[in-house]
Amino acid sequence: MTTFTPSTAGEVREVVAWAAGEESPLEVLGHGSKRGIGRPVQAAHTLDLSRLAGVTLYEPEELVLAAKAGTPLAQIEALLAARNQQLAFEPMDYGPLLGGPAGRGTLGGAIAANLSGPRRLKAGAARDHVLGIDAVSGRGEAFKAGGRVVKNVTGYDLSKGLAGSWGTLAVLTDIVVKVLPAAETEVTVALRGLLDEQAAVAMAAALGSSGEVSGAAHLPEGVSGGMLGGGLGGAPATLLRVEGFGPSVAYRVKLLRELFPGVAADEIGAEQSRGLWREIRDCMPFADGTDRPVWRVSVAPTQAHGLALALRMQVPATVFYDWQGGLVWIRMEDGEPQAELLRALVARCGGGHATLVRAAPAVRAAVAVFEPQAAPLAALSARLKEQFDPLAILNPGRMIAAA
Amino acid sequence: MSSLAMPAPDAGTLARRAEIVSDMKIIVPGEGVVDHVTGMRAFETDGLTAYRQLPLVVVLPETVAQVSRILKYCNDRNIRVVPRGSGTSLSGGALPLQDAVLLVMSRFNRILEIDLPNRAVVAQPGVTNLGITRAVEEDGYYYAPDPSSQIACSIGGNVAENSGGVHCLKYGLTTNNILGIEMVLMSGEVVRLGGRHLDAEGYDLLALMTGSEGLLGVVTEVTVRILRKPETARALLIGFPSSEQGGQCVADIIGAGIIPGGMEMMDAPAIRAAEDFVQVGYPLDVEALLIVELDGPSVEVDHLIGQVEAIALKNGSTTCRISASEEERLAFWAGRKAAFPAVGRISPDYYCMDGTIPRKELPRVLAGMRELSESYGLRVANVFHAGDGNLHPLILYDANKPGELENAEAFGADILRLCVRVGGVLTGEHGVGVEKRDLMPEMFGQADLDQQMRVKCAFDPNHLLNPGKVFPQLRRCAELGRMHVHRSELAFPDIPRF
Repeated sequence: MTTFTPSTAGEVREVVAWAAGEESPLEVLGHGSKRGIGRPVQAAHTLDLSRLAGVTLYEPEELVLAAKAGTPLAQIEALLAARNQQLAFEPMDYGPLLGGPAGRGTLGGAIAANLSGPRRLKAGAARDHVLGIDAVSGRGEAFKAGGRVVKNVTGYDLSKGLAGSWGTLAVLTDIVVKVLPAAETEVTVALRGLLDEQAAVAMAAALGSSGEVSGAAHLPEGVSGGMLGGGLGGAPATLLRVEGFGPSVAYRVKLLRELFPGVAADEIGAEQSRGLWREIRDCMPFADGTDRPVWRVSVAPTQAHGLALALRMQVPATVFYDWQGGLVWIRMEDGEPQAELLRALVARCGGGHATLVRAAPAVRAAVAVFEPQAAPLAALSARLKEQFDPLAILNPGRMIAAA
Repeated sequence: MSSLAMPAPDAGTLARRAEIVSDMKIIVPGEGVVDHVTGMRAFETDGLTAYRQLPLVVVLPETVAQVSRILKYCNDRNIRVVPRGSGTSLSGGALPLQDAVLLVMSRFNRILEIDLPNRAVVAQPGVTNLGITRAVEEDGYYYAPDPSSQIACSIGGNVAENSGGVHCLKYGLTTNNILGIEMVLMSGEVVRLGGRHLDAEGYDLLALMTGSEGLLGVVTEVTVRILRKPETARALLIGFPSSEQGGQCVADIIGAGIIPGGMEMMDAPAIRAAEDFVQVGYPLDVEALLIVELDGPSVEVDHLIGQVEAIALKNGSTTCRISASEEERLAFWAGRKAAFPAVGRISPDYYCMDGTIPRKELPRVLAGMRELSESYGLRVANVFHAGDGNLHPLILYDANKPGELENAEAFGADILRLCVRVGGVLTGEHGVGVEKRDLMPEMFGQADLDQQMRVKCAFDPNHLLNPGKVFPQLRRCAELGRMHVHRSELAFPDIPRF
């Protein structure tokens, strides 16, 4: 068992080429903050990229930043914040949910896991902000794709295509991302007392309005009470975030409130609003120090409450909604993952996918963590894997059990 | 026509043409097969008209089952297939091959579902880009990517080319605005990616498909995200004595945290041609003209207009007009939108390039272009999506003068090399196709191209779908798959580890 800690892309290539020659699998890690997600990896050696770090380019006026894959996300976010900019995809921090510390994670990890937060709704996913990459395939060959400009259709979009592949296709070594101005201010409108079904209608109306909502979450009774150290209060809260320039935010907050006459509503100011959305982003309601199964489910927004209702008629589960309902966080209260039941319900609710983001290792080894695909699609994905990593040496088994 | 090496036609396929045509007529009964030269003539080229080629046969299927049967039939018999949407590609992406079935998707022209609560529209691939907006605009929505061919180009073609438009900086390209597709692989298998939900459950094949130029699969259904139409939009028309000042103004606007809905720049030759054509009052004594459009709630737009105006003044603008009405805003755009036909009036022919550069490099690239213009003896006018760095130089030439098209193409290739040299790319939104295929090595090394071709191998291992496009040299998948592993190569002790 060797841990390799390369500090250059050339050394990464050497390690992977060696591992390919030995047909000896590698577990690919940044900070390891998301190591508990996916099927447990059985690898002889570890490729630790945390020393492959450093921001190599940051040009605020060009809205572009490039960094080595192991660069701490926290360092990048601080650098951007100093220039009133941000990673608009609002990468979530899995640390607390998985029982680890907050504030860890690398840029490479964020892209490899396609980490996106509440603003996914308006600004897109992590993958939408990747402009270019350098990587080493499982063949031990270095290659690049994309560039440093937003508008680029030169060749297949491997930069975005590698996002969300959890280190199973190639090892990212350098990443160029689009950065965007941070909002001058924000306000969250909190509609109070709505049932899940009413909240779904309200969120659809808000997203279809001129309010330019950049976050839409619903916290049912039993979830809302734990937010902001109890500061949000125990009544169900349907949260609509408005970001932008001061006068525009004031106007849009008024517009949103007028959409819902007769519904009790609070306005949450910028500082508290930022804290609140961080807690939603990081799934803090389920960061309970246990390994009770937690699912991250992606469905059409208007299907979410129906899915939750059908599930809870059969098993005890706690649920809250982000992305207008398009992202459903579910904690299984009796410790059973109930993968088949949940996935059957997702299919019945118009389709989508369910990922088991937290569970004990034994559970993750036995249950498909990532949504199984229909046969032709699964075969296509397997062929793609083989084209990047024919010997299956990169994070073997993390996404799908080895054949 | 300038010379272009395409894959050698397969003699066996050409010899079996009658049989293939008759089999196609069985798969697609009725009017869906065009096999006479006069009928096929309409399909011999796309938006890049310098290249023409009659296909083996033109097939216009109506159902997914037909698409699947056609592809499987061709796959089983090693027959090449070129997919085509509306045929508006500016890079020759839909250029037929002599021995290939031309698969035309224009009969897939229905909108299947409008889902306002989920802000999604499900459309067949032959629906036009503008057709989607037309279907939802009464409800106050629109589809954001707006390539200038939007009245004609199809949404399936938009997926194939990852089409952009003038609003990309704020609203993204096709890849950022689609939720899912249904597609048919060369094997005939039907695969669905995404849907009305977000993100992929596994590998992001939708990212690979978007912009794959018809080489990976044939799109048979598209689900797009629609957006609420902004309440208002207003524009500023700003003139500068130099492109440096115009460029710095763009940088300062973005530096101030403002992301305009659109931000376009034109150089002196383009300004003059446009003004001569549409007479909307463009200033003729400036070197750079900037159109900045702000959209959103009127309170926000009014707030930002003042800021942009101040930034322009600080950068030495000599004129600055602010639209006071919708008519005036459209007049500001009229010249820009008519720039291509306007240039067409002052020259018998023009050749439109499509590089993207880091914005700050604009003055250097314009200066380089002026030098090239002199040495090639050809004029050039520039329109520039200033927000996202996408540059459209229009090279003026006369195709009737011997050698001038080749000269224009060589000039264009030099411009793209210059774009790559300053950190940019060969194509921002028009695609590689056949036009920029042989320039790919300017941007990518062999290992980069090999890995891209391996993606192709996962989808279409026999290189039957749209061969001869994108890649300068096709390599067999068996050869690409071979591993050259040297066990003892690792300088093992040199690797830091603990």
